[in-house]
Amino acid sequence: MGWILWFILIPLVIVGFYSFMTKGSYGGIRYQFTFENYERAFDWLYLRIFWESFQLASITAISCLVLGYPMAYVLATARPAIRSLLLVLLIVPFWTNFVVRTYALKVLFAESGPINALGMTFGIFAEPISLSNSYFMVWLGMVTNYLPYMVLPLYVSIEKFDFTLLEAGRDLGASAWNNFWKVLVPLTKPGIITGSILVFTPALGEFLIPDILGGAKTMLMGNLITEQFLKSRDWPFGSALSVLLMAIVMAGLCIVIRYWTEDEKDERAKA
Amino acid sequence: MLKLHGVRKAFGNFEAVRSVDLEIQDGEFFSILGPSGCGKTTLLRLLGGFEQPTSGEIILNDHRIDSLPPHLRQCNTVFQRYALFPHLSVQQNVAFGLQMKKTPQDEIATRVNAALDLVQMLGLATRSVTTLSGGQQQRVALARALVNRPKVLLLDEPLSALDLKLRQQMKMELLSLQRRLKQTFIFVTHDQEEALEVSDRIAVMNEGIVEQVGTPQEIYEYPKTLFVARFIGSMNTIVGDVREARADAITMSGCGKRSLTIKPSRDGMRPLPEVSVGLKVQLMVRPEKLKVLKSAPDANQNYVEGTIKEVLYKGSQTQFLVTAKDAATPAQLHVWQTNSAVTAKRSFCIDDKVFVAWSPEDCILMGMNGALPQNQPQMPLLQSTGT
Repeated sequence: MGWILWFILIPLVIVGFYSFMTKGSYGGIRYQFTFENYERAFDWLYLRIFWESFQLASITAISCLVLGYPMAYVLATARPAIRSLLLVLLIVPFWTNFVVRTYALKVLFAESGPINALGMTFGIFAEPISLSNSYFMVWLGMVTNYLPYMVLPLYVSIEKFDFTLLEAGRDLGASAWNNFWKVLVPLTKPGIITGSILVFTPALGEFLIPDILGGAKTMLMGNLITEQFLKSRDWPFGSALSVLLMAIVMAGLCIVIRYWTEDEKDERAKA
Repeated sequence: MLKLHGVRKAFGNFEAVRSVDLEIQDGEFFSILGPSGCGKTTLLRLLGGFEQPTSGEIILNDHRIDSLPPHLRQCNTVFQRYALFPHLSVQQNVAFGLQMKKTPQDEIATRVNAALDLVQMLGLATRSVTTLSGGQQQRVALARALVNRPKVLLLDEPLSALDLKLRQQMKMELLSLQRRLKQTFIFVTHDQEEALEVSDRIAVMNEGIVEQVGTPQEIYEYPKTLFVARFIGSMNTIVGDVREARADAITMSGCGKRSLTIKPSRDGMRPLPEVSVGLKVQLMVRPEKLKVLKSAPDANQNYVEGTIKEVLYKGSQTQFLVTAKDAATPAQLHVWQTNSAVTAKRSFCIDDKVFVAWSPEDCILMGMNGALPQNQPQMPLLQSTGT
């Protein structure tokens, strides 16, 4: 608990405190109370940046869910030996530094990179396709980076799932489609929710991937905040943005958790 | 009528079911009984459509169903651990099958209510199934299967997850339900007592083969194979050589100088097997056919002299363990004697010298490695055994 106090709570209080202060002329902090930082944050310009961050995080979470669900299913249903191998393959990327991994993607898809070279050699495309600094690269970077956070909770959920329920479904005439949507998905909902939160929340504040793979063309919440602290040296405004971002994420989480536990409460109330 | 012709199922090199032929009548309570790993569950899964037979045919009312998916078979399964959908209420569980078949909403409501009423679960219709007791879950599972009006209801060890008392109760409920609905039940179990109590007929399975099909009485009193004789109930075995083989009686060694006599059962259901003098055979007799006596019985009775080693008084019954005097017989005989007004007064104690007697008509004669060939055709049985 002491650890949480010193390294999370106290810094947060400091950030919260700074967000109500005034920017000093030379990048310092003037201890003068003001709401101005928050007022500025609701400028149309910044709202649009937030909206784009929200969009990217949502797309990332949905993509990870769509790609991760089949992966988790295969993992959960594979024979033990193969399952361990697949789990290791899923975790291996974490052994490399995140920045290095992201740069590796950039190199891989660069105009003179291996993908283009292979494509040219085999005549799949006539001239090198330019993917660097594109939204696709940002998406690819986000998905490859966050996919394991989705797959692992899903895997845990599917692994606990009783597969005779699918047989019961088949016995009662459920098609594969109905069995999936009416039996498997509702019963793996905890994994879906946990995975989505684990991907969405950090994706909302992500700034390195869009920077490296998107060529810093698109400004996102993460970049904006980093910039306030490192470039503009406007700590109070950066703090206000951070507080707002956290507040929005927290509010979102609360809604999800409330909705989720209410489902369970309903079930208990029925009992 | 459900017919199985030469049904075989192999998983790789392992043959779970080896050439099974069965005929199950409409409205029959048919049990498949066997030890774990005998292939009974695989056979049920073949009937349910969860496995495809490697070869052979399954025919329901003149239609081949062995390659059909489960829902096109007019068979529904009650799973071993019920496999109720935990995210749905009792009502929703029962309605699931009808919804999948796109039954009109009002028909679903009436049929679900009728099915829940049938299993006395109407009062708990809106409850979540996770809050139900084992017996209640069992009832919901039955309702969920029966609401689809299957021609055949498949039950995979449905009572094994329940505790003893509940098992007794559910067994009776299952039986009365079957009697009321006159529905074909195929009931898989490893519990012989359960199978004997509820079934119209039983198929005893071992190592992928149906050893015998018959009424509970036939299975118990007239086992046709060594496996059935040993698997169902308890059995005393005395090994000896055939001394004389006549048309009406066989005599064999087994208790010193005296001979033991084997005669066909009085109802003619168990004729004498074909044996030659000197053949090594085993005489089998059930513990409840034996009597413990203080003095030697009539000459026409078989008997073994011995010493009581154990007396288990069980109220309605007393069980004795008697060590035989003559070395040729197996060391110990189990005797279960009903405590009638007469026998209850006669008390036996440990170390009493006694005579264990039984009649020649109660003996089952088997070879050392299996059943002996019959020397005369079987008398027609009460009901066709289907093999």
